[in-house]
Amino acid sequence: MDSFLLQVTAGLANGGIYAAVGLALVMIHQATHHINFAQGEMATFSTFIAWAMIQAGVPYWLAFVATMVVSFVAGLLIQRIFLKPVEKAPILTNVIVFVGLLVIFNAFAGWIFEHTIKSFPSPFPVEGMFLAQYFSGHQIGSISVTLVVLLSVFCFFRFTPLGLAMRAAAFNPESARLVGIRVSWMLALGWGMAALIGAVAGMMIAPIVFLDPNMMAGILLYGFAAALLGGIDNPWGAVVGGVILGVLENILGAYVIGSDLKLTMALVLIVTILIFRPYGLFGKPIFSRV
Amino acid sequence: MKLLDVTNLNAWYGPNQVLFDLNFDLKVGGITTILGANGAGKTTTLRAVCQAVQTTGSITFIDKRIDGKATEDIVRVGIAHVPDGRGTFTALTVEENLKLGAYTRKDRHEVQVDLERMYSRFPRLKERFRQQAGTLSGGEQQMLAISRALMLRPRLLLLDEPSFGLAPLIVKEIFEIMRQINQEDQVSMLLVEQNAALALNLADHAYLLETGKVVLSGPAADIKADESIRRVYLGY
Repeated sequence: MDSFLLQVTAGLANGGIYAAVGLALVMIHQATHHINFAQGEMATFSTFIAWAMIQAGVPYWLAFVATMVVSFVAGLLIQRIFLKPVEKAPILTNVIVFVGLLVIFNAFAGWIFEHTIKSFPSPFPVEGMFLAQYFSGHQIGSISVTLVVLLSVFCFFRFTPLGLAMRAAAFNPESARLVGIRVSWMLALGWGMAALIGAVAGMMIAPIVFLDPNMMAGILLYGFAAALLGGIDNPWGAVVGGVILGVLENILGAYVIGSDLKLTMALVLIVTILIFRPYGLFGKPIFSRV
Repeated sequence: MKLLDVTNLNAWYGPNQVLFDLNFDLKVGGITTILGANGAGKTTTLRAVCQAVQTTGSITFIDKRIDGKATEDIVRVGIAHVPDGRGTFTALTVEENLKLGAYTRKDRHEVQVDLERMYSRFPRLKERFRQQAGTLSGGEQQMLAISRALMLRPRLLLLDEPSFGLAPLIVKEIFEIMRQINQEDQVSMLLVEQNAALALNLADHAYLLETGKVVLSGPAADIKADESIRRVYLGY
């Protein structure tokens, strides 16, 4: 029983990370209706920046915030420089750009920071603050950080005029322009925010999986599955999806399929959802009358 | 005094020229209608005013040139557009649609006042303010589109076929409300319509478009009274 509970709690912590990555994907999808394949690589790169700062003696939380700011600006610039020129191009052109970004970031991370595996510090105590036999300090910490990020994103989209404008620009760019929304900048903002969320996810997962240029490759896949499971345009769904996935992965891995097939499970899940329930558990199908 | 003055307007979709040396103007407080058959360039004329197509020629709004501005900035001088197909944000709620109409305004309190005014003018929108806008009926979506445009407190309202696809009774209601808006709120209108009889009843001035050129213009009453024009160009 005890080991089962341990699997569940470890799953919850991992799920929090998947949720954050899923959330970043949902962000870009809400703003642009695209899935950014370079999301994971961008997050890894951000984590390296944080690592470099911490190595240079910058206090953890200062490095954390600075990395968030740098990632936001970088995301914004990436959209302005690489994606604005192909804004009106067919979706496949955009996908090629995403793949290009993925390779570029991966290569640069390896070139600048080398491929050796690095340990990344956790700002949280080793002992859990409560239920210490089940949760480590880092697990509780990363779950809390994910929740704070989610809540801010939700409030931003739901309650601010800018959030509403971003949603409008994504749903109907033509009409959005007619009410005065600068659509292209909304996309850039979406990229900035996604990069920021990805950076947070990277910094939270790095102490668990260690840092190297391919750190996020597998996690991005879980992020996809989380976002799809919850519904690709539902931020809450991505989080619930992430948590379900994390727990499911750990339990199935421990008792049923073994740890080798964990990642396969995420892929099977993606395919199954796309076939049977493409709008996910919590996404709502959009109705429209003519 | 002229609110909108358009001279030698040409417009293209890619390599295809659609408007040829169009000249028209609009008085402050007036309703002007642009009539013509399918493909005459009516919708393109409105899109040209909003700079949503490629144009040459000059467009002057309250003595300022607006041609060459971005579509997003045309809104900021006070021109609201009820586009072809209504432009509803179908996935958003009715209230969110209305708030988006006031996106460029900074006077948050006044926006709230205007929201209430829209609800009293269109009670059916109030009943459905939390509902996904895409689930509204055609007539309700047209009302929403007009209200959304009015939320800007525009000087000029561009209306693209507000009667399209609606039942005659609803059309009558909407045109009556448009008349009220024009008189009570002093909003000038540029109305594009296929239903000429309806448009000529509402408008005070009319232009007739044929394959991208103005072939006729004059007071709406005169055109309505001239049977030969009606027969040849308007088909009723």
